[in-house]
Amino acid sequence: MIPMSWYLIFSAALFAIGLYGVMARRNAIAILMSVELLLNAVNINLVTFWRYRTPDRSVGLAWAVFVLAVAAAEAAVGLALIISVYRNRDSVIAEELDLLRN
Amino acid sequence: MDFQPPIINLLIVAPLLITMGAGLFLMLLNIFCKRDGVYYWLTLAAIAAALVQNVAMWGHEYGTFIARGSYPMVVSDNFSVFLNSILLLSGIGTLLISRNYLHRTKLERPEFYMLMLFSLSGMMMMGMANDLILVFVALELLSIPLYIMAGLAVSRDDSKESAMKYFLLGAFSSGIFVYGIALIYGATGATALPAVYAVLEAGSPLAMAGTAFLMVGFAFKIGAVPFHMWTPDVYEGAPTVVTAFMSVGAKVAGFAALLRVFTVALPAMSDAWMGALALIAALTLIIGNVVALMQTNIKRMLGYSSIAHAGYLLIGVAAAGQHSEAVGSVLLYMLAYLFTTMGAFGVVIALEHKLGEGIMLEDYKGLAKRNPWLSAAMLVFMLSLTGVPPTGGFSGKFYIFRSAVEANLWWLAIIAIMTSVVSGYYYLRVVFYMYMFDGDRTEPVYAGTALKTGLLIALVGTLWLGFFPAGWFELAYKAVIGTTQLLAGG
Repeated sequence: MIPMSWYLIFSAALFAIGLYGVMARRNAIAILMSVELLLNAVNINLVTFWRYRTPDRSVGLAWAVFVLAVAAAEAAVGLALIISVYRNRDSVIAEELDLLRN
Repeated sequence: MDFQPPIINLLIVAPLLITMGAGLFLMLLNIFCKRDGVYYWLTLAAIAAALVQNVAMWGHEYGTFIARGSYPMVVSDNFSVFLNSILLLSGIGTLLISRNYLHRTKLERPEFYMLMLFSLSGMMMMGMANDLILVFVALELLSIPLYIMAGLAVSRDDSKESAMKYFLLGAFSSGIFVYGIALIYGATGATALPAVYAVLEAGSPLAMAGTAFLMVGFAFKIGAVPFHMWTPDVYEGAPTVVTAFMSVGAKVAGFAALLRVFTVALPAMSDAWMGALALIAALTLIIGNVVALMQTNIKRMLGYSSIAHAGYLLIGVAAAGQHSEAVGSVLLYMLAYLFTTMGAFGVVIALEHKLGEGIMLEDYKGLAKRNPWLSAAMLVFMLSLTGVPPTGGFSGKFYIFRSAVEANLWWLAIIAIMTSVVSGYYYLRVVFYMYMFDGDRTEPVYAGTALKTGLLIALVGTLWLGFFPAGWFELAYKAVIGTTQLLAGG
């Protein structure tokens, strides 16, 4: 059986990529994609921990479904907001949206 | 393997069901009814009903959604009742000060009321959640409607921009938050807060990392340095009523979950998180108060001020790692913060004659002559935000500082007192503008009956807390979370 740490390292790597994406990318859509990566890293973690730590109780699995549902809701709202900004401003680049600055 | 249904008592979550049900009902009603007044009154009635039901649960400890051999998912104790009352009052306050504003800015749409009710349900769930999964779901339920509400003024670019910024940073922070929860689940194999407490060993690296991630997620939600960058932008861009709602609601709910998770589930690691929270509190106090000095937009100024107040509240949370009475001081502070902030935003709304206009400090010149009552109210709120006796802000700060000293956080109390003095400069500058200048403004001041009622309640609350804090502190002290009780169910 593959040791648990492999999955955890994979998930941590995914999380780090997502983190980097949120910090470094300027396009709002790309940032949203990076956030989804974060949530997927969480799901991998949850399922791994479920399989290796508490295989007799389905907490981790049920939880992963919750995270999926929340991610879907977030994406729906987020894309709508991004589209509505794009309609007025013709841009979704974070740096060009600077009305709110002191 | 036979299925055992969980023990469910819906009465315990009745306040949640009322607000959420009312939100769903309004969505249905939206198909038939286009009259705005109906939504306002129904929302007000629903929140009032939830408040009555909520207060009726004072003094009891209930748990519900109990799976066999497990802990309850949702609990209701004095702590959650106290916080839910603050949250529901903030809902009522928002409605009162929004009545005329939404109408004259043409923002009055049923969506506002529905989203507010949904968000309110999520906020209440934050204080009642006894399971990490539920904390996450509640966090999202409170946040997602708020993202939309921030962008409610679709005709204005700054509102939409603030909604997008709030969304991106909020989604990012909840990603970090849930990663932290996953790590704690990995370290303990449990998600119920008392179960985590029972299994957790101090010094487990996985749990340590999880706690750090949790802390980052919470710091984002409550607007603590160094994760505060969204706060001023969103406060400035969002319609002012939404700003008022989230400055109280989102912050109180964030602290509710922070307190419950950290004091119930993670006391084994209190050495670690106490120090970290104290450090965050110090940074938040200094940066929030210093940057607020430079603001000329009153909404932005209140944004930085809300960051600073998160700092004061965090002192109490850090002290709660030592002795649980500190939770009482946090609760009292939140009550004072509710009345004061709602009142201050009420005045800001009265002066905002057009969407996004009348919110600069300049616009407050000579207000004392134009409208003496409104400026007198603003004077009280500004004094309370500074922490001058005899106002609620002073009582709140007094108990917070006392609990900091009792927890041997002397250095933090000294920083807090010094930054309070600094904060006097920017709060009292508003007063200075109102009373010392002759203004040439001719724009009308919109103070309708609803807004006046709201301001009156806020004023009475602020002064009552200021003159007679002892009784309120007794009450808040009774709402301190009991030691990790709530036994496993059948």
